[in-house]
Amino acid sequence: MPEVPGAEPRIVLETRDVGKQYKLDGVEVNALRGVSIAIHSGEMVSIMGPSGSGKSTLMHIVGLLDRPTTGQVILEGDDISNLSPNQLAELRNKYIGFVFQSFNLLARTSAQANVELPLVYAGVSGTDRARRATDALERVGLGNRMGHFSSQLSGGQQQRVAIARALVNNPSIVLADEPTGNLDSRSGIEVMAMLQDLNAQGITVVLVTHDDRIARHAERVIRVFDGRVQAEEIVQNRVLAAQELAALPAEEVAG
Amino acid sequence: MNFAESFRIALRALNANKARSILTMLGVVIGVAAVILLVGIGTGVQDEITGQVEGLGSNLLFIVPGQYGGGMGGDQAPPSRRFTLEDSDLLARRVPGVDAVVPVLQAGSTVKRGNRSVRVVVAAANEQGGEVFSGTLAGGRGYRKSEVQAAARVVAIGSTVRDTLFPGQDPVGKTVTLEGQRFMVVGYYESMGGGLAGDQDSQVYIPVTTAQRVFNLNYINTIVVKANDPARIEVVKADLRRVLTPRYGEEFTVFTQEQTLGLLSDLLGTLTYMLAGIAGISLLVGGIGIMNIMLVSVSERTREIGIRKAVGARTYDILSQFVIEAVGLSVLGGIIGISIGWGGAALMAKFTPVPTNVTPWAVATAFFFAAGVGVFFGVYPAWKASQLDPIVALRYE
Repeated sequence: MPEVPGAEPRIVLETRDVGKQYKLDGVEVNALRGVSIAIHSGEMVSIMGPSGSGKSTLMHIVGLLDRPTTGQVILEGDDISNLSPNQLAELRNKYIGFVFQSFNLLARTSAQANVELPLVYAGVSGTDRARRATDALERVGLGNRMGHFSSQLSGGQQQRVAIARALVNNPSIVLADEPTGNLDSRSGIEVMAMLQDLNAQGITVVLVTHDDRIARHAERVIRVFDGRVQAEEIVQNRVLAAQELAALPAEEVAG
Repeated sequence: MNFAESFRIALRALNANKARSILTMLGVVIGVAAVILLVGIGTGVQDEITGQVEGLGSNLLFIVPGQYGGGMGGDQAPPSRRFTLEDSDLLARRVPGVDAVVPVLQAGSTVKRGNRSVRVVVAAANEQGGEVFSGTLAGGRGYRKSEVQAAARVVAIGSTVRDTLFPGQDPVGKTVTLEGQRFMVVGYYESMGGGLAGDQDSQVYIPVTTAQRVFNLNYINTIVVKANDPARIEVVKADLRRVLTPRYGEEFTVFTQEQTLGLLSDLLGTLTYMLAGIAGISLLVGGIGIMNIMLVSVSERTREIGIRKAVGARTYDILSQFVIEAVGLSVLGGIIGISIGWGGAALMAKFTPVPTNVTPWAVATAFFFAAGVGVFFGVYPAWKASQLDPIVALRYE
């Protein structure tokens, strides 16, 4: 979403001087050393860094999967740094939608049931759930695949089911972790086009990647290196996946 | 998330791994079936034996010489102070409220006819013997009072004796030889099968007076008294003691049917519990099987647990999902095991001589025990699942 001049966009999630230490095989690891970032409502932002940079740890904290050792995490104005795992689970359910590199759909489970999963834990009733899951699947163009099991879908379709699952509970942030990592280039472009399209509709998207080209699909890139924010920059020449898709040969359009 | 949701998720998971679910359940099925069947046999045997004793009538009292400290009396009485026919006559005259006073003398012997012979137990009583001995006449009659008074050589025979000595014939009116004396057969009994008192089909019944003469004895073993009202049995017991004490001091014992039954029930009850215990062990093994499979299932589904946690499942949601799975397995196994055990017990009762009785109590116990096994052995794997860190679980390959 283009910035409106003069209007400060609302901050959805903010980290304040976040540090994270953990022990790995008895060795103290300083994964994050004072990271302060802000995610604004409606923006599409990339968190980029090579492996070992602390990017994944930062993603876990932004995704409310982990708690910082030091510093604060502010979600929708509330400090959530010291909440219990169960309280974080409830907040994840309400505010965060995940899209993973390896899709992480439930096996032997229909697309519809996969999309309903967050609603199940939100305590939404059966009929309401089915309606909202149908809406979300139609939104990602899979209205005709609701009864299919994950194993009956292509990688690109599975990732779209995952996007529908991320959207279904109207989260504040859709957090996509290397969403194209397990996809062929065409499906990858389709998924990126879809994320950009959703962002254009007002959904906040956080993209986590090591790939500079993927990162430039966002409006803004936060570069993480050695546990710190190395640079924050506005993307010039943003990659628009829809244009790339249009440039591809037409016969390969996947269903 | 509510309970119904957890239940649906658990059922779906069990359904997705049908073969494994069925094999896991098998342990519980066999355990529960064994408990039901073995307890059914125990209860059935107990019922049959106590039934036989009760069949004699709950208003019977047995008087034996000697003192017994509550144990069941054998017939090895002290030789000096045995009862005589005088004692039973005295009791019949002096104790009110009794239907019958039956002097009983038992002895082992052999009955012959031509070149055939059979070992028998001679049960000798008076004409009221029919009141206290179980058994149904298949033909002829029992001996009469006049025959008792005259010490007549008449005999009524059990079915084994009849089958051996008179195969395919009517024995009534024929003669047999007992202790070198010729006896006339006046009646014969239907087969009763083996019972508490030994093989009743191998008994022959003769008047007690005749038995004393033939065996050259002047005493009797036991006096059996039948009260006319079961409610007044303690009064009759006191009266019997009052009459016999001046003659025998403390050297006799009166047993009621209830005492005998109580002893028997204790013994058979212990046997049933033992059978249940043995079967219970197999149920325990089945439970360990469930725990084993649940642990495998948790590590196999680590990623699923990670996904569920990432989208908002709390500790409780995961815990209840896996506990319900384990309980579902054991409850379903329990229901199938009950059906098999019950059916097996019914078939056994129908096609074998072993009596069985499956009580609702046994069914309920087996069912709740099976469900308990599921909870007990399911909680640990479920707890393990619920404690998984979503980050680690999502990374798990």
